[in-house]
Amino acid sequence: MSHKSRSGIASRRRAHAPVFAALGDETRLSLVAKLSVGRPCSISQLTGGSRLTRQAITKHLRVLEGAGIVHSVRAGREKLFEFHPEPMEEIRRYLDLVSEQWDQALSRLKSFVEE
Amino acid sequence: MNDRIEKSIELKAPVSRVWRALTDYREFGEWFRVKLDGPFMAGQVSRGYITYPGYEHVKWEAVVQKMEPERLFSFTWHPYSVDPKADYSKETPTLVEFKLEATAGGTLLLLTESGFDKIPSDRRLEAFRRNEGGWTEQMKNIEGHVTQKP
Repeated sequence: MSHKSRSGIASRRRAHAPVFAALGDETRLSLVAKLSVGRPCSISQLTGGSRLTRQAITKHLRVLEGAGIVHSVRAGREKLFEFHPEPMEEIRRYLDLVSEQWDQALSRLKSFVEE
Repeated sequence: MNDRIEKSIELKAPVSRVWRALTDYREFGEWFRVKLDGPFMAGQVSRGYITYPGYEHVKWEAVVQKMEPERLFSFTWHPYSVDPKADYSKETPTLVEFKLEATAGGTLLLLTESGFDKIPSDRRLEAFRRNEGGWTEQMKNIEGHVTQKP
């Protein structure tokens, strides 16, 4: 383990686990999609064009906030929500590692049964 | 975002051969690099030790779920359970499934690992931190071994 990677992880220390769970919902995915392309949005902006109530959207935003995917910022009297991609990048890397492990194991299996 | 891993691989060997490589505990140990205590049995815990150089302290523990001959082999486990002091038993494990299909050239093997959304946050981070550098090293070991003993 290199120093670089260790400090890299430490500096990005955040709740990792709820990320998969947070993204396993279509409404939340669509909120993330909206927030990921543009500027920070208010709840009203996020509710607009959706069939969901303000309360429902607020609840979903709270889940995303808990997972660190969305951060809220104050702009005057308004609360704006902005997208933070880091947790998603981290779980992607985590899955990549597990995935790589399987690639190696399966290639050993291949050699094993084909010899 | 995916919370599962899916792989498929074509093997030039009959389904019966692949089934044996997957479910005979000694054969499984050969390619997976683990020394198992005894045969796989559905509903039973399988225990052993990883046999990678430098990782021999790492325990292998899985619970065999399904053994449907030449079709499906599955187990649950805790990926990256590398800390001997940690108790992983209370965590929800991930599910690993091997599905076999006969093809003209041999066997199509489908692998799925699912349930990553259930791993507690501390562990996920820990697993990630411990393995980030470790895997690079391990890849070299694997590569060396495969080249020597194809």
